[in-house]
Amino acid sequence: METIVFGLLNGVSYGLLLFMLSSGLTLIFSMMGVLNFAHASFYMLGAYFAFTITGSTSFWIALFIAPVLVGLVGALVERYGLRKVHANGHVAELLFTFGLAYLIEEVVKIVYGKTAVDYRVPDLLNFAAFEIYGATFPAYRIFVIFIAIAMLVGLWFLLKRTRAGLIIQAALTHPHMVGHLGHNVPFIFMTVFGIGCALAGLAGLMAGNIFVTDPAMAVQMGPIVFVVVVVGGIGSLEGAFLASLLIGLLQNFAVGINASFAEIFAFTGLSPTSEVGDITISSLAPVLPFLLLVLMLIFRPQGLMGEQEL
Amino acid sequence: MSDATQTFQNLAPSAGAKFRQRTLPILIFAACLAAIPMVGPSRTFYTIAHQMGINIVFALSYNMILGKGGLLSFGHAVYFGFGGYVAMHAMNWIEDGSGLWAGFPVFFLPLVGFAGGALAGAIIGWPSCRKAGTTFAMISLGVAELVFAAAFMFDSFFGGEQGISGDRMNGVELFGLSMGPISEVYWFIAFWTVVGLVGMWAFTRTPLGKLSEATRDNAQRVQFIGYNPQRVRYLVFIFAGGFAGLAGGMAAVNYEIFTPDAMSLVPSGFVLIMAYVGGITYFVGPIFGAILLTYMQSMLSDFTEAWLLYLGVLFIAIVMFAPRGIAGIVFGIWDGLRGSNPGQYIAGLLMKLAGILLMLIGLIVLVEVSVRWSNGYGEVYEPFGMHLGHQNVLSWLIIVVTAVAGVALTRYASKDKEAA
Repeated sequence: METIVFGLLNGVSYGLLLFMLSSGLTLIFSMMGVLNFAHASFYMLGAYFAFTITGSTSFWIALFIAPVLVGLVGALVERYGLRKVHANGHVAELLFTFGLAYLIEEVVKIVYGKTAVDYRVPDLLNFAAFEIYGATFPAYRIFVIFIAIAMLVGLWFLLKRTRAGLIIQAALTHPHMVGHLGHNVPFIFMTVFGIGCALAGLAGLMAGNIFVTDPAMAVQMGPIVFVVVVVGGIGSLEGAFLASLLIGLLQNFAVGINASFAEIFAFTGLSPTSEVGDITISSLAPVLPFLLLVLMLIFRPQGLMGEQEL
Repeated sequence: MSDATQTFQNLAPSAGAKFRQRTLPILIFAACLAAIPMVGPSRTFYTIAHQMGINIVFALSYNMILGKGGLLSFGHAVYFGFGGYVAMHAMNWIEDGSGLWAGFPVFFLPLVGFAGGALAGAIIGWPSCRKAGTTFAMISLGVAELVFAAAFMFDSFFGGEQGISGDRMNGVELFGLSMGPISEVYWFIAFWTVVGLVGMWAFTRTPLGKLSEATRDNAQRVQFIGYNPQRVRYLVFIFAGGFAGLAGGMAAVNYEIFTPDAMSLVPSGFVLIMAYVGGITYFVGPIFGAILLTYMQSMLSDFTEAWLLYLGVLFIAIVMFAPRGIAGIVFGIWDGLRGSNPGQYIAGLLMKLAGILLMLIGLIVLVEVSVRWSNGYGEVYEPFGMHLGHQNVLSWLIIVVTAVAGVALTRYASKDKEAA
């Protein structure tokens, strides 16, 4: 029971963090048709910016300023980099963001050093929210859940209930038509790219102090976010939401299960000392998203909510 | 209606032209490789040359799927790794002298690597080649992560953290090569580099090679003429995996050790950069890329710790300004020199070069000064006896002035060219 409750809580908070990252990625993808390989780098930038701002002012100011800064960096990248490469096709765009990921990591190493920085949970939230089964659940994670849900609602409201959202949605599918109606489509693209990066930055700000803020965090998070996007069905926000929660829960439940293959498949006579029998479910946790990806591609190549493509 | 018989000019290349364009470059390449040991190169040279040979085959095999097949993969090192591991195990079986392996020469281990890489390509390619484009790229990334993580779980094949090591001086000796000294290994590497090169060149001339290019350009049309694009991709993928495995087998014999790191995302990214920087639209492009980047990797990393930053800048610059890579630049200059107005072309080129050089100086000073500032050991960047600390106004002046001048000059040069 304890495992289930904590797996559920941690899984949801982690899944919502994943969604914050993957929603930006999905938005950018459905808009420009390019997966932003550097998306996790913007996540890392969010954490580092938050660290700097928290150091000189407070976490609460960073909460607002850091994502905006990351969004601005993203908008600049779109304006002066991606837009130039766009003429050379999607592969060139993907490669551009791939190179950008290298560049951001190296610059972060130079500016902040190669080791982890001391980016902490703010004192105000650094207490146990409640205690069940003798274990405590940190209040900061509750805070993360709330912020993520607020962001989710905000994004939904922006896209579905405002005029700006209407234009953005139209520009995703019919950019030329929207252009003919007198809207500045490149500017819309730049804004959406910036918003997507800002969401990644927000995720970094929230995750940086739960996990570790070091130059490797982008490389660790990047592949998982891509798994979320592909499993959810490329370009589908709803799919990304489901996949984020699924992967968040899956990973957190797996970490809590200490059974090995030998115990689970005891009926097949698998020896606990053999290599396969020795693998525990918890040690499998980091691999599970990728396993899910491969299984998904074999059995349902379009992803959870994706559309069938040729 | 006039006479129905028309005579067409024969457009097929003559036998001489074929020889000049297809056979001669390979012969020259092989002759260069054969001539290198005569000048008595140093140990360091051999080490780098071997690395280059391995990377040339690896990068060419990567270009089979990226340049010719249009499939962007972020996990090509997986096949390199599988080939290498299989070859490594075979090397140990040769040492044990068990059964058939006792008579297998170490010299032919890359063939075992080829088989290993092709097998891995056949297994992994089956689910991943159903998709092309961005989805394929993401799948390759996921598979690479999966295999890398699995490598630490199955120690008997991958050998865990310390990997698997072996001894290449066993089994049957071929061509009088004991494979012990590095100068003898050179012949092994040179031989297989040429074999890999010729093999992959020959592959581009096969119907499958042509179909792979057709699938890249328009999968739907390939379907219309009766081929299955998924199957074409799959077959090409298997061959690319095989040649990557060949490179892996070369690496296994050369280093006598193979660790799971060789199949991580880092070498996968590196081979992508090598092929792209070299130029993926040309067959020879990845060779240029492999030679340049291997050299940079071994030389530049001694001079500066920020060499990955330079690599990133180089890569982004190529993606943005020269999408056809170094090969594109080289052939572009060649065409320009043979063009109608070589004098003007050279003037423009020199101006551009000067501009790029200025920008480069600005970048290098900026990076080197920042790296030393960031390390905080109190080291100071001292090129040509100058004392460029981060408190020194001169450093920042150099950075700003050279960067601005460089950008202005390059812009002027390209504008000038457009006007002409």
